[in-house]
Amino acid sequence: MSTVHTLTIDGRDVAGNEGQTIMEVAEENGIDIPGLCHLPGLHDRGACRLCVVEIEGSPKLAAACVTQIAEGMHVTAHSEKLEDHRRAATEMIFLERNHVCSVCVANNHCELQDLADELRVTHFDLPRISPAVGIDASHRLFAIDHNRCILCLRCVRACDEIEGAHTWDVMHRGLETRVQTDMGIPWGESPTCTSCGKCVQVCPTGALFEKGRPVASGSKTKRPFLPWLRVHQEERGL
Amino acid sequence: MSKPRVATVWLDGCSGCHMSLVDLDERLLDIFGRADLVYGPLVDVKEFPEDVDVCLVEGSVSSEDDLERIFKVRERTKVLVAFGDCAVTSNVPGMRNPIGVQPLLECAYIENADINKGIPDRIIPRLLPTSQPINRFVDVDVFLPGCPPHADLIYTLLDDLLAGRTPEVAGARFGR
Ligand code: SF4
Ligand code: SF4
Ligand code: SF4
Ligand code: FES
Repeated sequence: MSTVHTLTIDGRDVAGNEGQTIMEVAEENGIDIPGLCHLPGLHDRGACRLCVVEIEGSPKLAAACVTQIAEGMHVTAHSEKLEDHRRAATEMIFLERNHVCSVCVANNHCELQDLADELRVTHFDLPRISPAVGIDASHRLFAIDHNRCILCLRCVRACDEIEGAHTWDVMHRGLETRVQTDMGIPWGESPTCTSCGKCVQVCPTGALFEKGRPVASGSKTKRPFLPWLRVHQEERGL
Repeated sequence: MSKPRVATVWLDGCSGCHMSLVDLDERLLDIFGRADLVYGPLVDVKEFPEDVDVCLVEGSVSSEDDLERIFKVRERTKVLVAFGDCAVTSNVPGMRNPIGVQPLLECAYIENADINKGIPDRIIPRLLPTSQPINRFVDVDVFLPGCPPHADLIYTLLDDLLAGRTPEVAGARFGR
């Protein structure tokens, strides 16, 4: 039996097991905390900082997806201050790459676009960086458009933790950060990729897509199969 | 009291936002029964007039001409609306930004031209180094994203502005 903790999120009494994150407990209780890198079934990396919450008695904002619950915790997941923070974080994500929703394969199937909508981000106050980043379309079935990548690293984690191929990794730092396949060789030449398509399925934006799909036809529904696969693998000791 | 003066401006956009405005159909009669359309691609007036109450600006700022015009529009307009994704984010015109003007012009007018190869240097305005949303240069009062914004949203916006209400454009978003 694991220890049960009781706490409040946005004033609601909730409970969870020791070791669970604030995000997990919120999800179980139908409390929506925005987040772009969190995906049930993958280990959390705390990459996007959209899920930040306030914890009473703590001066710093905490990422709900990587912060464990504690007994008697009082969590605020929605406030004017947090909305402002999330709006600013969303704006930065847009400005760091080249997002052009109207001609994007993920138009209307995109978690970033939905989030901007939800947070009422209707414009950007800061200038765009407009980096010259490329597209790798060397894979037979899939392509990556770095213009749309938000560095959530879901692809890296799905490929490693679920498929076990570890084709994706991260290179460079800061604004130069990119996801890459097999130490930077073209995806189509990857000796490790099994062409399973899991990375494409988990990508929240139009960065990873199936080839041959026209604008606005990407399907990016959150896949419930991930937690299942993970439990299944763990049971079999994989 | 005279009617509010409404203008529309077409900078670097595809005219799709103006088409969406025309899609108001019979509601155009309602709007322009309450306001005068004093300038725009749909009106035969050469010079942007003084004392405009509401101006919808379609398109991003891409050329020296666009730049001159957006400053003039701002100076003479009370409520300036960034009308559609190109005006709001630079959208499709901004896709050239990572490429740079010279390689872009060479690609379009030399590499991919079959006849009259050469970059035009007369009549058409010179391009700025990058194409930018209008709020990089002037203050914008209302942002209406969408490519194009739906006619219903344009109606709500104009209806609110003409009635003196702060516009509530719920449902406007990038893309669509
Ligand atoms: S990835 Fe999403 S936010 Fe970016 S351009 Fe495509 S639809 Fe828009
Ligand atoms: S297709 Fe599968 S194996 Fe290949 S990179 Fe994506 S997740 Fe990894
Ligand atoms: S390619 Fe997609 S899943 Fe991978 S880091 Fe970029 S946005 Fe995330
Ligand atoms: S969802 Fe928690 S940091 Fe991204």
